[in-house]
This record gives sequence, C-alpha cells and structure tokens, in this order.
Amino acid sequence: MEITQDLVRYLEALGRIELSPEEEVKTQKDLADILGYIDKLGELDTAGVEPLSHAAGRTNITREDVVINGDMQEQVLSNAPETKDGTILVPRTFD
Amino acid sequence: MDDKTILGLTALELGRAIKEGKTTSLEACKAYIEAIREEDKKYNSYVTVCEEQALAKAKEIDAKIASGAITSDLAGVPIAIKDNICTKGILTTCASKMLHNFIPPYDATVIKKLEEEGMVIIGKTNMDEFAMGSTTETSYHGATINPRGANRVPGGSSGGSAACVAANLAPIALGSDTGGSIRQPASFCGVTGLKPTYGTVSRYGLVAFASSLDQIGPISRDAMDAAAMYNIINGRDDRDQSSTDCNDVSLDNIKSFDVKGKKIGIPEQYFGEGIEPGVKDAVMKAVAYYESKGAIVEKFDMPIVDYAIPTYYIIACAEACSNLSRYDGIKYGFRPEDATDLTSVYIKSRSQGFGLEVKRRIMLGNFVLSSGYFDAYYNKALQAKSLIKDAFDKAFEKYDVIIGPVAPTTALEIGKSLSDPLKMYLGDICTVLVNIIGLPAISVPCGESDGLPVGMQIIGKPYDEEQILGFACNYQNGSKEA
Repeated sequence: MEITQDLVRYLEALGRIELSPEEEVKTQKDLADILGYIDKLGELDTAGVEPLSHAAGRTNITREDVVINGDMQEQVLSNAPETKDGTILVPRTFD
Repeated sequence: MDDKTILGLTALELGRAIKEGKTTSLEACKAYIEAIREEDKKYNSYVTVCEEQALAKAKEIDAKIASGAITSDLAGVPIAIKDNICTKGILTTCASKMLHNFIPPYDATVIKKLEEEGMVIIGKTNMDEFAMGSTTETSYHGATINPRGANRVPGGSSGGSAACVAANLAPIALGSDTGGSIRQPASFCGVTGLKPTYGTVSRYGLVAFASSLDQIGPISRDAMDAAAMYNIINGRDDRDQSSTDCNDVSLDNIKSFDVKGKKIGIPEQYFGEGIEPGVKDAVMKAVAYYESKGAIVEKFDMPIVDYAIPTYYIIACAEACSNLSRYDGIKYGFRPEDATDLTSVYIKSRSQGFGLEVKRRIMLGNFVLSSGYFDAYYNKALQAKSLIKDAFDKAFEKYDVIIGPVAPTTALEIGKSLSDPLKMYLGDICTVLVNIIGLPAISVPCGESDGLPVGMQIIGKPYDEEQILGFACNYQNGSKEA
C-alpha cells in the first residue's frame, strides 16, 4: 500500500511523537519498504483459521488482590521529573 | 588463584573453585571489575559497573558460603545483567535517553532469585534501545564492539551481554530474547545463549517490549553454565501471570546426554536464499557430527518460514506501541525543560527521549492496530501464528529437535545496518518463529566462516530445555575431544 506523508503524520499523532522533517522523509520511505514486505502475508491462506493469542492456550489467570510491594513511595517518587508533597506533579490539565 | 586463571573459568568452574576455597567471591569480583576497567574501553559492553555494591555483596556472600548458609553451584559467581532488567538501586536505562536516569525501586524476579543463590551483579550491559535492534548500535550509550571481530557488531539486542562473556569480562550474563536477542548476539560473539520456553522464567521486572514474545535467559561460555543458570531463574511467579511451573533440568543428564537414535529435523527453508555458504557449511558440519554419533537426520519442508518476518514484526510492533505508551515524561524518565502544558510534555518527552528505531516501531505498531488495518495485519498475523504452531507441532511429532542456523550471516560490519531497517529485519528470519509460539531454543558456537563465529540453533518442544541443552553439551564435549 502507498504510504503518504499524511499517513506518517497520522501515525505520529497516534503515538504522540513528532518527527523532524528529515526523520519524516526517511520514515515515509522505511515504512513503505517494511509494509511492502509485510504485505507478503496477504498471500498466506488463512481462511477458517482461528487467530491464536497465547501459544499454550492459557487465559485469565488471577491472584488475590493484595499489596505485596508497598513502602516504596520515596523511591518511586525519586524517579519522577517533578514532585510536590509526596505526589507526582503534572502541568495544569484544566483552566 | 591469579586473575588470569579466574577469568578463564566457566561459571560452574568458578563456583566450584570458590566452594573449595581456591578463591573467593571477592577475589573473583575484583578480578572481573579490574578486567572491565582495563579492557572494556575497547568493547563498550557495560553501561554501568557496580564496583562498590558488588564488592560489598561479595564479602557478604563469602561469609555465607563459609558458614554453609549458601550452597548453590553458582554461589559467589559474578554476573552481568542486560540493562532492561530492573535492579533495585542500580541504573536501568534500556540504553535509552528516555530512561537515562531511571533507578528501579524494586528488583526483577530473576534478580531476586540469583541473589538468593549468592550470585553477585557486577554490572549492567549495553543493548539496542528498548531491545529494538539486531546490532546494539541503536544504544543511547554508543555501539558495542564484537570482541571476536574488529569493526564488527556483536549482534543484538543483548549485544553487551554476549560481548562481555566472549571477552572474558563476565563468566555469565543474563539477556532477553524477543525475536532472537539472546541467540543472535551469542552466535555473532561465539558464546552460548539459551532462550527458554515462554513462561518458564518470570518477566516481572523485565522492561516490556513485546509481552507475548519476551523471555529472559542466560548467555554463557557453555551449555552446562546455561543449564545451571536456567535452574536458578525458572519457576512460577505470582507477579507474572504468564509464568508457569516447570521442572529443573538435570545437569547430570545433560553432561552425559547421548544423541544416539535421536531424530533431528532440518527445515530446508532455514538454509534457503540469503544464508551465507560459510554459515550453512558450519551448521551442516555440526549436524554431521551428531549423525556420526548415531543421530538420525532428516530434511523437511517448512514453507511457513517465508511468513516469519511479517508475522513477527506485526505482533512485536503492535505490543511495543502499547507497552511504550507508558513513557510520557510524567512518572519517570526523560522530560525536556521546555515542555509546559500536558500534551507538550507527552510529545516532547517521547520525541526527544526515543531514538528513531523505537519511534519507527511505535508507528508501525499503531498502523497495524489502527482502524481499517487491524484485520488485514494484526488479526492476520494471529492467524499465521496458529499455522506456525501447527507446522511446529507436526514437525515435533517426527523429530526430537529442529536444527538450523541462528542467523543467515556472521557478524556484520559496524555502521552498515541501520540505514536499511528492512534489511536488518530480514536477518531475524531464523530466530523469530521460536518466539512467536514460545519454544525453547539454544545458540551454540559451531566453528567459523571467514574467521567469524557461526552459531547453530537447536530448537526444542515446549519445556524440553533438558534435551536442547543435552544436544548442545554433547556437541561441546565432542569439540573439546576433537
């Protein structure tokens, strides 16, 4: 399929990424190459084949919902770019 | 014991020497750290060396070994850890600007397990950014150089782990394998790399790339070391619901493994177009060795191999774009100074924090999952996955193991791969199927082509680690005798 500049920009928006103009040109070409190759998969006959997610067929394994990793507020917050009064600080979201 | 002798030992030999009092964990750690300081400028295999923590830990372990509190085979042995496995209090960067300053508040389950057995972490190893790459050139910390070939890449993404083991700068290391990231660098650097069955090793604390494909495993000097390490890290973990109970492998069985009467399947498509003749020759010579020891070798057709790369890149990128949405410049990681409102924090952090290969995969992932393309790409890949499983199930009805090359080529020249990502992706043709359906596989050095190491890949049935390790060990014992 054709990879247009519009599609590249749409994918940037979906991924919350902004490419430089040079990156954009290169990415347009690279995506065209890669998807051109990936399109080969269309030749594979998969009529009637159920999609498989987990190879061993395991589903929905749960455990008791208990805290097993508490008491690390300080270490967790020390990785955040901005904190205030024991919380993570983010820019204002509403005016 | 002098430093040179220590550096020359396998992990099990070193563990035995420590246990027998011929050396100590402290002496071993010092020898390695000094060697890293002197030699690693050439290779850049480590991104962090934890001298202070390691030496303190080694002293503690020596006391525990002396008192009999720790008796593991690998007690006191130093280990290097790929920089995408969380180590409490030690930088874990994933070789990305995005996590350049990230210090995990917790240990990955594998780290807990190896520390309980008395192993000592000496450093964190270089890798492709977020494990996305096959050359360790996309690292924010600069490329790693292959100790086995000047001007050659070590492979990737666990290039630092493979290079440090190959250069005798660690007796053993942990890597992670999403599409060949343990096996291919092991092959390029001439060391042994085990990708265990999906679910046997907890992924808790492994920074997620593609959760249905990722698996942690050892990179080591031989199969016996890989086996001992596998026994330490495997097992069900409540913190990873995809993990499962599994048996330890028997080191005795592996050591004395006999291939007589075993059936080896050789998929024709693993030796097709694009495979270097020197690689093919080396692998077929290893297969001939098994035949000489009484194994039955048979070639067979596996046409699904032609669809391996498209299926893999669709699934891997789809999962990656979801997993990497957590990097938003809020909770941890890189945030540029000039980002002021919430949206610009997200966009600028991600645009400046991720390298181009990571961005490309996020975009590919969003594409195959997006409305209008989901069925044609993502769903189609999951259908292909089902057919891939059928093909391997059928093959394993006839064969005990499947053998092929790890990679179509030997280590590539530095600087030749990144400009053409599709070409780089095609190099994963022999390794990715194993991840798609969660099989165990091992990369075993099997000679050279034009002076560079070649790896043979032995693929097993799910949970059949003992058999592929046995095959690997049998070959390595044979090469020692020859």
